[in-house]
Amino acid sequence: MDIERELIGLVPVDEGHMARLHVELVRRATAAGLVDVSYRVLDSPVGRLLLAATPVGLVRVAFEVEGHDAVIDRLAGLLGPRVLHNPLYLDGVARQLDEYFGGHRRSFDLALDMRLSRGFRAEVLAHLRQIPYGVVESYSAVAAAVGNPRAVRAVGTACATNPIPLVVPCHRVVRSDGTIGRYGCGSEAKRLLLALEADGLGATPPPAAGTTPPFPSGSTSDMASGTTTSPPRSTRSIPGGP
Amino acid sequence: MAAPFESVIREHGAAVYRVCAAVVGPHDAEDAWVETYLAALVAYPRLREDSDVRAWLVTIAHRKAIDMHRARSRRALPVGDLPELRGPEEQYSETDPALYELVRALPDKQRMAVFYRYLGDLSYADVARLLGSSEPAARRATADGIAALRRRYHHVKEV
Repeated sequence: MDIERELIGLVPVDEGHMARLHVELVRRATAAGLVDVSYRVLDSPVGRLLLAATPVGLVRVAFEVEGHDAVIDRLAGLLGPRVLHNPLYLDGVARQLDEYFGGHRRSFDLALDMRLSRGFRAEVLAHLRQIPYGVVESYSAVAAAVGNPRAVRAVGTACATNPIPLVVPCHRVVRSDGTIGRYGCGSEAKRLLLALEADGLGATPPPAAGTTPPFPSGSTSDMASGTTTSPPRSTRSIPGGP
Repeated sequence: MAAPFESVIREHGAAVYRVCAAVVGPHDAEDAWVETYLAALVAYPRLREDSDVRAWLVTIAHRKAIDMHRARSRRALPVGDLPELRGPEEQYSETDPALYELVRALPDKQRMAVFYRYLGDLSYADVARLLGSSEPAARRATADGIAALRRRYHHVKEV
C-alpha cells in the first residue's frame, strides 16, 4: 500500500471539475478587468484559427501553421502575461467568422485592436479594410493608394505580417500579373477565400447582422480606467503573419 | 518573458486545489481556489521570472484558505495557528473514510506538512516556510505524519 498515492486520491480532481473552476475564474477575472488577452480556437475551412482579443478589441487571428502556442507566448510578451482561454469573450468574433465562411456575411462589425502594427504597415492595413468584399487590388495599386507607389515590396511585407487576417482582408491583394500571390496559410487558402467571396456576391444579401455586440458588454468600459491595463510593451508587430 | 497565465492554471491548478481542500475542506475548496487564482492574476505581471510558480501559488492558497477559515469560524485564530480540517466529512468519506479520519487525527503541523508535501507537491524548503519552521523540522513533521498514517492505516485495514 502506497500511502502517498492514497493521500492524493483523498482529494479527487477530475477534468470536468477543473473546467468548471476555470469557467468561474475567467468570468470573474473578465468582470474585474484582470485579463490582458482572451483567446479561443475556431474550426474553419482554412484550418483551425486562433482568435485573440484585448479589452480594446480583436488583436490577432492566427493560422494553424503559425503554431498557436508560439503565437500565444508572443502575445503574452507583447500585450501582457494575463492571457486566458476565454471562449465566451470571443463568441461574437467566432459567430461573425462562421457567418463569413458560410457566405452570409460580407463585412465584419468588430472592434479591432491594431496595436500590433505600426507606421507604414498600419497605413497599408487601414487601406485594406476599405477594399470591399469580393474585390481584389494589386500590390502596386495598394502602394499607390497609400501614397507611396514605389513601396510595392513593403506592401507585400505589410500583408505578410497582417496580425488580423480574414477580418483585415489581405487576401484581397493579388499580383499585378493576375496570379494570386502568397498567403499565410498557403495560396490555396487564398484562392478558397476569393472563390467564397465571388460566390457570396451572387447570393442574396444577408439579413441585417451585427445587432449583437461583438464583445460582452461592459468589458471594454471596465478597462477604460486604465489602472489594470498594461501599455503595449513593444512596438514590434508579431512576425510570421500571413 | 512571463508565460501566459493560462499555463499557470493548466500546470498547477490541480495541486492548488488539493492544498485548498486540505485547509478548508472540500466544501469551500472551490471558493478558495477561485480566490487564490484571482489574487495570483492581480500580482502575476509583477512576479519575478525566476520565481517558483508552484510555491508562490501555494503560499497564496494557504493565506486565502486561512482567511476563509477565520471568516467562517467567527473567532480569530491566534497568529501562527493552523486551522483544523473543516467541511462536511461525508465529502471526503466518499473517497476513503478511514484515511480521512486518520489524517484529521494528525497533529496540525504533521497534517499540513503531509498535505503540502504530497498534495501540493512542494519542496521541504517551501513546506518549512509555510509552516514557519525550519527545513529539518518540516522534514521531520512530514515523515512523522506519513509514518503515523502508514502504521494506523494498516491497522485499520486489517481490522
